[in-house]
Amino acid sequence: MTRNSRFVISMLVFGYAFLYIPLLSVVVYSFNDSRLATVWGGFSTRWYGELLKNEQITSALFLSLKIGVTAATLATLFGTIAGIALARFGRFRSRSLFTGLVLSPMVMPEVITGLALLLLFVSLQQLIGWPGQRGFGTITIAHTTFAIAYVAVIVQSRLSAMDESLEEAAMDLGGRPFRVMIDITLPLIAPAMLAGWLLAFTLSLDDLVLASFVSGPGGSTLPMLIFSKVKLGVTPDINALATLIIVFISVGVLIAWSIARRMGKDSSG
Amino acid sequence: MSEQINKQLSEAWQRFILALPYTWLLIFFLAPFAIILKISVADPILAQPPFTPSFGDAGELQISADNYVFLLTDKLYAITYLKSVMMAAIATLFCLAIGFPIAYGIARSTPGTRNILLLLIVLPFWISFLLRVYAWMGLLNNYGVINNFLMWLGVIEQPIPMMYTDFAIYIGLVYSYLPFMILPLYATLERMNLDLVEAAQDLGATPAQAFWNITWPLARPGVIAGSLLVFIPATGEYVIPYLLGGPDSLLIGRVLFDEFFINRDWPLASSVAVVLLVLVVVPIVILQRNQARDAEQAT
Repeated sequence: MTRNSRFVISMLVFGYAFLYIPLLSVVVYSFNDSRLATVWGGFSTRWYGELLKNEQITSALFLSLKIGVTAATLATLFGTIAGIALARFGRFRSRSLFTGLVLSPMVMPEVITGLALLLLFVSLQQLIGWPGQRGFGTITIAHTTFAIAYVAVIVQSRLSAMDESLEEAAMDLGGRPFRVMIDITLPLIAPAMLAGWLLAFTLSLDDLVLASFVSGPGGSTLPMLIFSKVKLGVTPDINALATLIIVFISVGVLIAWSIARRMGKDSSG
Repeated sequence: MSEQINKQLSEAWQRFILALPYTWLLIFFLAPFAIILKISVADPILAQPPFTPSFGDAGELQISADNYVFLLTDKLYAITYLKSVMMAAIATLFCLAIGFPIAYGIARSTPGTRNILLLLIVLPFWISFLLRVYAWMGLLNNYGVINNFLMWLGVIEQPIPMMYTDFAIYIGLVYSYLPFMILPLYATLERMNLDLVEAAQDLGATPAQAFWNITWPLARPGVIAGSLLVFIPATGEYVIPYLLGGPDSLLIGRVLFDEFFINRDWPLASSVAVVLLVLVVVPIVILQRNQARDAEQAT
């Protein structure tokens, strides 16, 4: 009796169409020969060629990737510790402050976080002369702070789903705490850490508002560049760029999904 | 003996590694809010940085509540806040109305289909937020896909202006935040024992009665979580009103951005942020309580 009613099925069809038709239309129009983005002028791949020649775009992409890798790695380090602390450390002092600090960046409106961080950087520069220039460093810090929450939640939920007996057994056998963490806990949560890293990386690549606040002149990430272009309207080269991003991410997510599914099947027998 | 040593070591180790994320978040998340507060009670001046210091030359405290008084008495700001909260609330209701049947449908499908349906919900979330908003620019335009299609069908002769309207903002908000609604809803509906609904219907309840008396109350943690995950960020949304809304669609996220970058009034921008923070802090606390309670029940 787990069949869905006709109403639910039509809502599903409507919902998925709503989610995917806009993306499909971008993909279709990226092969449009016309310079006017909304008039069909025949099939063409010329915009992809122009994209590769555009140095502005390639250098913004490179900056975004550099920030993404650094921020995701830092966020995985801090977020993993935070996730372990929330799942395993019991009721340590100032736990509620810590929980709030870890989780709030996730839901805080980005304009608030962005403005707050920029004002911090400006004040620090006045006080200690750092950061001298805003760009890679400041954006990386902003993205790390924001992404810690996501890694922490993923790691915490993975740990909560496993019982502590393995770690306790290792402790009872005389294992030193940090060895237990490295030899027992970390391998157990490695898939969660990987998932967290990927999510942090994607969030960093995607962020516009935080980067716009904390970046300085010259430090333009890919979303900042795209935003400055699309403010003026739909353009065919952005359609091509969007299509590449959509295809790249979809393939990546599909691969990650099938790996996760196979691993899930292995562990559950 | 060794157990004792291990326990002490364990505590020292925990304190040590905890210090890393703790310090980071204190410096880069909590401290910035103190600075926002400080600047929000300063006055704007023509200098670098463009606000008065908290202490004058003689060490006297120089702070003023002028910005807050201005925000609370200026009609335009009151309307902007009200409109931002209202649009976020309406978008949340639409997300709930569309998201609930979808989450329900996913939870009730066979495990194989369920995985694929879930993947398809999550996938747009991984694809750039900015590009998803951008996609609607091409659809809603006067000469965009929707108008072209309707004119080709002959339903309309003149394009319907949709771009740069509140309608476009609603579309953008619902489209972008729908996955945030569906995922927590799905999580609670999936845990729910569907036999209860059937039992109620066997005992003579109509589908509507079974829904209101059983499904809806059991789904409440998911409804609360999903609604707040949509409502809170939507209130301060910047990109969607900027790209899809008209020049007169003043929402608070955009006003804050412009006040800071265009008018260069740092103190006023800071107090706009503080008031926005006060508006969203209650929903944030409710959300975290809800999550904690839900996590306890799940274990």
